[in-house]
Amino acid sequence: MKKIKWAVPTLYIIFLMLPIYWLLNMSFKSTTEIINVYSLWPQDFTLDNYKTIFTDSTWYMGYVNSITYTVFNTLISVSAALPAAYAFSRYKFLGDKHLFFWLLTNRMAPPAVFALPFFQFYSSVNLFDTHIAIALSHCLFNIPLAVWILEGFMSAVPKELDETAYVDGYSFPKFFFKIFIPTIAAGIGITMFFCFMFSWVELLLAKTLTATIAKPIAAIMTRTSSTSGYELGLLAAAGSLTILPGAVVIYFVRNYIAKGFAMGRV
Amino acid sequence: MNKTLNQKAWYFVIPVFALVAFNAVVPLMTVVNYSFQETFGSNVFQWEGTRWFKEILHSERFHASLGRQFIFTFIILLIQLPLGIAIALTMPKKGWGVPVCLILMSMPLLIPWNVVGAMWNIFALPDIGFLGNSLNSLGFDYNFTQQSGDAWFTTILMDVWHWTSLVVLLSYAGLNSIQPAYYQAAEIDGASRWDVFRYIELPKMKKVLTLAILLRFMDSFMIYTEPFVLTGGGPGNATNFLSLDLVKMALGQFDLGPAAAMSLIYFLIVLLMCWVFYSLMMKDEGRT
Repeated sequence: MKKIKWAVPTLYIIFLMLPIYWLLNMSFKSTTEIINVYSLWPQDFTLDNYKTIFTDSTWYMGYVNSITYTVFNTLISVSAALPAAYAFSRYKFLGDKHLFFWLLTNRMAPPAVFALPFFQFYSSVNLFDTHIAIALSHCLFNIPLAVWILEGFMSAVPKELDETAYVDGYSFPKFFFKIFIPTIAAGIGITMFFCFMFSWVELLLAKTLTATIAKPIAAIMTRTSSTSGYELGLLAAAGSLTILPGAVVIYFVRNYIAKGFAMGRV
Repeated sequence: MNKTLNQKAWYFVIPVFALVAFNAVVPLMTVVNYSFQETFGSNVFQWEGTRWFKEILHSERFHASLGRQFIFTFIILLIQLPLGIAIALTMPKKGWGVPVCLILMSMPLLIPWNVVGAMWNIFALPDIGFLGNSLNSLGFDYNFTQQSGDAWFTTILMDVWHWTSLVVLLSYAGLNSIQPAYYQAAEIDGASRWDVFRYIELPKMKKVLTLAILLRFMDSFMIYTEPFVLTGGGPGNATNFLSLDLVKMALGQFDLGPAAAMSLIYFLIVLLMCWVFYSLMMKDEGRT
């Protein structure tokens, strides 16, 4: 029984790693080798693809752009969602339930629906092709999610904590920042993880809202592959590098994931 | 938790309300505006009433892509939920295995969606891809760019690869919140493994599973980038899901009126389905 138990996650992880390995494998090959030779590992190991990316600013600026707007978006989403989630978890107010559901409906809006109007709207307010435009547009789906996750974590904190703090003479801001936020730090970690994740992986809106200055790496990849034929090696290297920031973020929140998930109310 | 009535709580909600409304209201109104008009470019519009809505609702093309979309989402939920729960149940609960599993399993979630599509494209190519090449050398006649069955298989496998981990992480969170006392009590009562799952673990996971079902429903129903890169909707129209069809209509053919009408119908379907899920599952929470 014990052995079978290990088998399921192990097989699953192998399944997850296979396509990633294949991408890495290709990123160390030249495009000619990819097309002509089928091999499970690079026969003619090369770092040229990575060299191209790190020396050409149209490539590496894509990474800088993507990380910039993702970080912006995570900060905006979480800091706006914190007080709102507190309100939803602690108080009743006019229209609270409707507002909560309305927020969620925006998480449900297919980005394909919004692509064209977003382009027109952000052009008309002169934000087209800026990092902040993408960061703001990603709030559409990240804020509802952040509010929902944080509200779950906050509801798990007993209200007596608030009341005791007030009895002890804490003002609201002092209580919120000194006691409440540290208490739900794990929940904030999880929320940031989800916001980062959904902003980092989204492409349709990010691509629609940018031309050159703020173009995300994922969009640069599609452009390059179409103009100069399929540069498969380069594409694989660029793809492999997009996995890195995600891996770094997971590494940093891994304790929060374990602890935060252990709190159990997501 | 009993909440106190406090209208001042609105102040806390204002930033969120403003940010979301900024993004939601004007673009949504633009779509509504287009959906009732015919455009000839250069800002000339003509009122068309409900013509586009009637056209879309009666069009074969819309029925076909809607049907494909429902089948796809249904299969995805049917595979990912049980699989995700099963993996969460068998994951190690303590020791070095926990961070290893969590980190490795989260990886697919943090890869940009078009990279996922591109990665699966080169992974599944029949000549140079590991999956395609292996299947063909095992004697299967596999080619996802030509055979619609293979295209479906590849798209579904890709989505399972991409998103099952979300269900795993959420279920794992739910499982971890169960106090050891419940398991001890179950052992004393002589409960079977199935009983433990059915009467302790499943109810405790209810809240996180709600989130998992909602998220998986919404995202698989709105799927665009991955199949766009992997198959482009092909071969033919075999994997032409709703979003793909919509973008083809709006940006490819520039039929803004019908595309906008289709967007609204699409949005309303998602909204309705989510509202049903949400109300059903939040009933016991006393939230709706």
